[in-house]
Amino acid sequence: MKFLEAIGRILLHVLEELGRFFQMLGQTAGWSVRPPYDGPEHLRQMVRVGVDSIPVVFLTTLFTGMVLALQTFHGFQRFHAEGFVGSVVALSLTRELAPVLTALMVTGRVGSAMAAELGTMRVTEQIDALTALGTEPVQYLVVPRVLSSILMMPLLVIVGDFVGMYGGYLVAVQLFGANPITYVDNSFQFLELSDVTSGIIKAAVFGLIFSLIACVRGYYTEGGAEGVGRSTTRAVVGGSLSILLADFFLTKLLF
Amino acid sequence: MAEAPTPPRDGAKIRVEDLRKSFHGKVVLDGIDLSIADGESLVVVGPSGTGKSVLLKHLIGLVSPDSGRIFVDGRDFWALSNRERTEVRKEFGMSFQEGALFDSMSVFDNVAFPLRRSGRPPAEVRERVRECLALVRLPNVEGKRPSELSGGMRRRVGFARAIAHRPEILLFDEPNTGLDPIMTDVIDEVILEMKERLDVTIVTITHHMESARKIGDRIALLAGGRILFEAPPEEFLRSDHPAVRQFVQGSAKGPLTVEFQREESPAVSEVP
Repeated sequence: MKFLEAIGRILLHVLEELGRFFQMLGQTAGWSVRPPYDGPEHLRQMVRVGVDSIPVVFLTTLFTGMVLALQTFHGFQRFHAEGFVGSVVALSLTRELAPVLTALMVTGRVGSAMAAELGTMRVTEQIDALTALGTEPVQYLVVPRVLSSILMMPLLVIVGDFVGMYGGYLVAVQLFGANPITYVDNSFQFLELSDVTSGIIKAAVFGLIFSLIACVRGYYTEGGAEGVGRSTTRAVVGGSLSILLADFFLTKLLF
Repeated sequence: MAEAPTPPRDGAKIRVEDLRKSFHGKVVLDGIDLSIADGESLVVVGPSGTGKSVLLKHLIGLVSPDSGRIFVDGRDFWALSNRERTEVRKEFGMSFQEGALFDSMSVFDNVAFPLRRSGRPPAEVRERVRECLALVRLPNVEGKRPSELSGGMRRRVGFARAIAHRPEILLFDEPNTGLDPIMTDVIDEVILEMKERLDVTIVTITHHMESARKIGDRIALLAGGRILFEAPPEEFLRSDHPAVRQFVQGSAKGPLTVEFQREESPAVSEVP
């Protein structure tokens, strides 16, 4: 009986969490279309999610592209298929690696900050103060964060696609002496627009997932400084796991 | 929705009927009945952890009741739609325990926040912010960050922010807890001045009897989730109700300790 009780409790907890998530999703969608629109706040969040993340995304995808080229080059050499290194790098990056790794990095960088900021505002009663001043906190805090994440993630991934492919090019051409022209040719030979767009769609969904989880975590923080820490950790762990989970189903769905 | 006819006001700005609330199975408010007249200043006193803040947060709708009703200007607050509730909230100004200033903004932007959100022109915002800061006796801090201010200054910026949009009801959550005696007196005087100059209804939560006596037209003692006693200050201080006596005298022994003292509960906030 104890065992069943425990299962029941866990199930209830999971359902409660899912409920909060979807409730926040609904509220965010509802409030995002209602005035007043806070242009400057949206812009500020877009800078924080997008522009400020460029260095991290740049380094992540650059090295990913380089490693990809390094690994595939060694492997493909064994059956004399070095010519396809460019294609493999391009396809894996655009369809999978650039969106997922960018999302994971941005979750760590921006998601944690969102959860900590909203969590601190919750425990210091700043969110209550917003409500008391006749401002809907979901509209003022959550909507700009979620919208700018949905918008900026695809842009970051486009940057990541280019940077990663350039990393592959660097390794193949500079390190292994591949012919630059054939390498570039090869890169784009099998690449279709749908590969890039599927990665971009993924990125937008990932943006929604990590920002919403971070905001829910922060928004429902309880218990002072310790609570803020807990929320931040959960935002990053929950966000990252959800991204990987969603990635599988999205890939299944998109192809 | 058609405008509902205004129900009879019976002079009450806020009326609370049989309000009950529990958190995690623990009863915090156990049937509160309270009526606050238009223009009155009510002070709610009581030991820590007895739900004073929870009561205050119910009045402005930051916490939703388990049962019972709250009327503001005769309107049943929780029977309203979400949007109507937001409108009713604009009649309120609330000052929080530690000020709850937005720490990402300057003092000016904090006080200007409710004005800008309701779309007032910049010139008017500037003038009103200056007016409000002057009223709480804080000139020349507009450009500062909340983190650069002392506790007493932060509270007063909180006051200025609470009155900026000219609310009809002011709520003060422990306005002078944790301040030195001089600052406590300054805060009391600022509240008194607001009461005289702004024509507002005021509800204050405190456990300073001296402040309660000074700023209240009426004092209510909250303990064990119930209003045990309410009376004008003079009468309250003279009362021989055992719980009131104990609280006024600040004695460790008495009915409050035996029956009503609960373990200290953490600050509760909840979003409806």
